[in-house]
Amino acid sequence: MEILEKIEKIVGKNKVEKLDDGRLVLNMGPSHPAMHGIVRILLTVEGERVKDAEVEIGYLHRGFEKTCENINYNQIIPYTDRLNYVSPFINEVGFVMAVEKMMGVEIPERAKYIRVIMSEIARITDHLTCVAANAMELGAFTPYFYLINSRELLYQAGDMVSGGRVTPNYFRVGGTSFDLSPDFFEFTRNALKELDKNISDAKKLIERNRIFYDRLKDTGKITKEEAINWGFTGPMIRSVGVDYDVRKYNPYLVYERFDFEIPVCFDGDNYSRYLIRMEEIEQSKKIIEQAMEQIPNGPISSDDYSVSLPPKEEVYNSIEGLISHFKLTFEGPKTPKGEIYFAVEGGNGELGYYIVSDGTHKPWRVRVRPPCFSITSAIPRLIKGGYIADIIATFGQINMIGGELER
Amino acid sequence: MIENLKHIFGNKIIDYVKNYDIDTLVAKKEALIQMISFLKNEEKFDFLMDLFAIDYLGYPDKKFEHRYEIVYNLYSFENNKRLILKVPVTEENPSVDSIVSFYSSADWYEREAYDMYGIVFNGHPNLKRILMYEEFQGHPLRKDYPLKKRQPRIDLK
Repeated sequence: MEILEKIEKIVGKNKVEKLDDGRLVLNMGPSHPAMHGIVRILLTVEGERVKDAEVEIGYLHRGFEKTCENINYNQIIPYTDRLNYVSPFINEVGFVMAVEKMMGVEIPERAKYIRVIMSEIARITDHLTCVAANAMELGAFTPYFYLINSRELLYQAGDMVSGGRVTPNYFRVGGTSFDLSPDFFEFTRNALKELDKNISDAKKLIERNRIFYDRLKDTGKITKEEAINWGFTGPMIRSVGVDYDVRKYNPYLVYERFDFEIPVCFDGDNYSRYLIRMEEIEQSKKIIEQAMEQIPNGPISSDDYSVSLPPKEEVYNSIEGLISHFKLTFEGPKTPKGEIYFAVEGGNGELGYYIVSDGTHKPWRVRVRPPCFSITSAIPRLIKGGYIADIIATFGQINMIGGELER
Repeated sequence: MIENLKHIFGNKIIDYVKNYDIDTLVAKKEALIQMISFLKNEEKFDFLMDLFAIDYLGYPDKKFEHRYEIVYNLYSFENNKRLILKVPVTEENPSVDSIVSFYSSADWYEREAYDMYGIVFNGHPNLKRILMYEEFQGHPLRKDYPLKKRQPRIDLK
């Protein structure tokens, strides 16, 4: 009874329910600093141990899939930016590649390299955000600034090519909207150098830090069989020893040309997830450096004008150019009737698009396979039996992103 | 593998196509549990990547008369193979057996399909709305749900 009175003193009367057997029902979220804004967890606790949990989501549902059924393919691209809003480029790549595969469009080499470079930059920003926020929630405030500073530089690199920091709207069906800006390579090289420095600074503060280590090690543990059964992908599945990565198992774009590795850990706890994220940043950096070496010159979008916009000279000087520009702007690209599933490796795991087309300019159905959906559904399994304080560590390493979770 | 499946399930398999190099199988809903169990245990499809529904109301020249199709997106890590299993469901009786006992990840996916399309999954342990709120009327992703439909106000609890 004493605990109940103490808690009620803090959160107010009638906020805590006490069950007959002495357990308490606590409400964590939706507005809780460590719940990233929008998830509510109903906890049944016994002392400080979590006995039962129920996750409630839906606070950020915006009807993405319904909206997609009513607009054309190029109009969907800005909406995909808002799925996983810390790695927007990957969402766009996944969507436009699904549509291209459906239409049978081959894009120029340079566009493929640009897509790889931007995807990997997005992957780094995704992991940086996850680790930084996780460290901050566990009390390490300084590494947050180190990591977020380098994330900011990478956002600026994205801003440089697309004109948008967080919501770039850069790729189009059939290629990209603009070419890379001339000083992009130099800027990115400097940003990666800065990233190196910041990461080593942050690592010194957290990696072997007693508090950080103890709170991540052996918390949120899951076995390999269970993780597969729960449908985990991305760093979560790699932390239990399964090296599943779409970039290696079903290579898309030009990923098979690069030399990179998939880091794997075998402990299945939060600390191994942290290590994998840090190592993946290194691998992404390697890919970006190789891609910037190899990138060829040439066009950046398909020369099929029923797919991508013709250059401005042709629009102004020829009737065919004008017609295709008009048709494409008003109607958008047209897909043949059929269904397709296409997956790319997102920051959190397999990001898949299932598109059903009825042969018009608008999709019949767009389904997004959000990587963190199945992971979030396993939260009760991950936190049961642990301390309340472990929820913060586990939840941070899951890297739940509201935008893609609830679409 | 497909030959093997056809041999075992016979006329329970309605259709088989290759959609852009992914095997797509359409099966009767009576055979679903048997099939999922076979695919998981014998063919090593250990991941349920995705589960969702599609509403084909008004789809031009559709193959089947059924209004909904439930899509099971399976992946085998061992063989690096994808398989899409589709189960047609009628408008009058939009229900199918739950596969939560095979794949834990089906739990929320089935809740979402129920929320968005009103498809009932028999045997699901906790079938309630997930993205929408309890008092929401109708199922928003159905084709006959208008894009800009308003919902009644609900009282504060």
